[in-house]
Amino acid sequence: MMDVGRHPRINLQTYSEIDDISGYIGNFHVTVRKKARYVDESECNACGECEKVCPVVAPDEFQEGFSSRKAIYMPFPQAVPSVYILNNDNCLGHNPIACGKCAEVCEKSCIDFDMEDQLVEVDVGAIIVATGMDVYDPTEMDEYGYTRYENVITSMEFERLISAGGPTEGHFMRPTDREVPKRIGFIQCVGSRTKNGRGNPYCSNICCMNTVKDSLLLMDHYPGTEIKVFYIDIRAFGKGFEDLYQRSKQAGVQYIRGVPGEVFEDPKTKNITLTVEDTSSGAIEDHEFDMVVLATGVIPRRDSEIVRKLLSLSRTEDGFFMESHPKLKPVDAPTGGVYFAGCVESPKDVKDSVTQASAAAARSEILLNAGEISVEAITSDLIVDNCTGCGICVRVCPFNAITGGDAKAKIPVEIVEAACKGCGTCAAECNFDAILMKHFEDAQIMAQVDSILDQDPMEKIVVFACNWCSYAGADLAGLSRMQYPSSQRVIRTMCSGRVDSSFILHAFEQGAPIVLVSGCHFADCHYIDANRWTVKRVEKLWDDLEKMGIRPERLQLEWISAAEGQKWTKTMKELEEMRQAVTEEEVEQTKKVLREARLKVEAKKKAKEPKEGAAEQAPAAATA
Amino acid sequence: MADNDLRVGVFVCECGSNIAGSVDCDAVTEYAATLPDVACAVKNKYTCSEPGQQEIKKHIKEHNLNRVVVASCTPRMHEPTFRQCVADAGLNPYLMEMANIREHCSWAHLSDRDGATTKAKDIVKVSVARARLLQPRIESELPVLKDVLVIGGGVAGIQTSLDLADAGYQVHLVEKEASIGGIMAALDKTYPTMDCSI
Repeated sequence: MMDVGRHPRINLQTYSEIDDISGYIGNFHVTVRKKARYVDESECNACGECEKVCPVVAPDEFQEGFSSRKAIYMPFPQAVPSVYILNNDNCLGHNPIACGKCAEVCEKSCIDFDMEDQLVEVDVGAIIVATGMDVYDPTEMDEYGYTRYENVITSMEFERLISAGGPTEGHFMRPTDREVPKRIGFIQCVGSRTKNGRGNPYCSNICCMNTVKDSLLLMDHYPGTEIKVFYIDIRAFGKGFEDLYQRSKQAGVQYIRGVPGEVFEDPKTKNITLTVEDTSSGAIEDHEFDMVVLATGVIPRRDSEIVRKLLSLSRTEDGFFMESHPKLKPVDAPTGGVYFAGCVESPKDVKDSVTQASAAAARSEILLNAGEISVEAITSDLIVDNCTGCGICVRVCPFNAITGGDAKAKIPVEIVEAACKGCGTCAAECNFDAILMKHFEDAQIMAQVDSILDQDPMEKIVVFACNWCSYAGADLAGLSRMQYPSSQRVIRTMCSGRVDSSFILHAFEQGAPIVLVSGCHFADCHYIDANRWTVKRVEKLWDDLEKMGIRPERLQLEWISAAEGQKWTKTMKELEEMRQAVTEEEVEQTKKVLREARLKVEAKKKAKEPKEGAAEQAPAAATA
Repeated sequence: MADNDLRVGVFVCECGSNIAGSVDCDAVTEYAATLPDVACAVKNKYTCSEPGQQEIKKHIKEHNLNRVVVASCTPRMHEPTFRQCVADAGLNPYLMEMANIREHCSWAHLSDRDGATTKAKDIVKVSVARARLLQPRIESELPVLKDVLVIGGGVAGIQTSLDLADAGYQVHLVEKEASIGGIMAALDKTYPTMDCSI
């Protein structure tokens, strides 16, 4: 920590938040809000005189509320920077009648009650998100009595009570009578691996080993303490972990396989009794303790939503931020130039956090050191004249690469090419042909559809496959020599989000009996969640087709991953059966209906155009 | 560019017997030659091999080709290879199109030679239709700023900041609280070494 404070190349901004981030990989513009701490950071020498005279007493957050602090205080003794902070909510104010005592005694005049938030702008090439995690609050698990029974504490509170720097200077005592507890119970998985809607279904990774550590600390400080740990599984999977677990057992800590259903306090002794089924023996047992520690789990930071939105990141099901690839790119965010370090991505202990932090540093250095990046050539391009500024593309872009647009003011959108990853969802969603998706242009894809269907259309199935998953799944099927009928013709797009409704309707109008749109499973999409727009589009098409009397089943949607050669094969066989069931009359009818519908729309468009032209010409004629 | 200016070269790969085993590559090559704007259609044993690539380069020069279709394996495998190949011959790499007649055709229809051959012809035809409309594309280079932002000053933010700063980069470390340290700073000891957290 000290090294950070004195490093010449680290500009440390504490008590600061990110207000805004714009730009893209290699070129981010960041606005940092440096909140007013009412103490001049560069002048304060931590003499502590202010604290002595401050009359306000407030709970000390760092000590989990076990002790108090003043309204002007040092967050904790080893804080970096070693500078006081004035909590404006606690402070009585600088009106001399009210208080202002701290300012009077401060020899260096560091205290400025009128200090305001400052906005600091920085330009950076890369961003490391290391926003960490929060600890689960077990109050909602009422059966464990946390906050109802004083002698039930959390593992974070335990840390402060055993710490030499804590409120009791390391003398471990129970809150009710300040006696050293002789019998201590630990309940594992509090808020983790739950299925009842409270807490979280995932394993928090650190709590088993943390309890093992706690038990050893207790045995070290107070030999002979009776310690029982109630657990579902002890997960001691890391280097040196099993050793530590065995040491704890050898030191006399009892591990009992089973999690208590409820705990009760004896109103007189304030002791805690719990009932548990020891699942290794099947026996129902009562255990009485002087104190119970809840091994609370880890949750995504409650305030991480701000950073998530600013950087267009997504979350995995557990609420932690989603990495680019769970195995091969665990440190990269899906947004270019953004990397993860620590618990923001998943619960981690210190060692894993440090490991990922160094990995994030190295990954970002690849970018920073290169000095320049080549921008994807397959990006979207705005056809300004067609853009009405409706902004639908702004909404669908998973990478915030499109900004602006105002339909009323007729201001077109802007595309930031460097931020565009080329999924093509914008081009598919645009109703005005205002976006050209380079290398996957409408005309190119339409030419493929035409070419597939210009001979024997009844014999063919038109398949749209996304590059990363479904196309690769078809590759795997071939590689594995899985055999299926030869009727399908594949059109590759980068993402299923590129598949414009007009491509599908055109295919049906050209006589396609069956059309398949295939892409990545949700959460696997290489463009964050662009395939959610695919679903919306296909669902709308199903409705439209039905209204026009066309069987919606003829348009199929499948998620096929790069690993699912088998699913590809199975799908192709099923589609072939469907194709054979489509009759020529049905196709002819479809062609007719779609042609009529298209002509109607075109006629409407045409009817509009001359009107506008006439309106323009009219005044000119009048002047003539 | 007007359509009549297009000169497409089609290179059909046998991939040893991987493609030729179930697709009649001669028939595909002959068929390719009949497609619109196709200036030459050539069959290779292994198009990705050095001689195969030389053949492409030679024909680009000889026929002044401005579009290339390589009918071979999946673009996920050799697209970079053939893009580089046509670029070496002076053609924009985005004017090369691959027709996947191996993974999606010959290997998937091993015992259906007629079906596979018909499908391979179709795949080549569709690729030529697409290739005719391809446009040159440029991958532009953008400068990268050397500074880096670290959001969060817990143990991970501290470590990554120190690593980057030690490597010579200017780091801006932004921490929400009044001190760095995060949750780690509130821990007494940490496992497995049982030493102090700060």
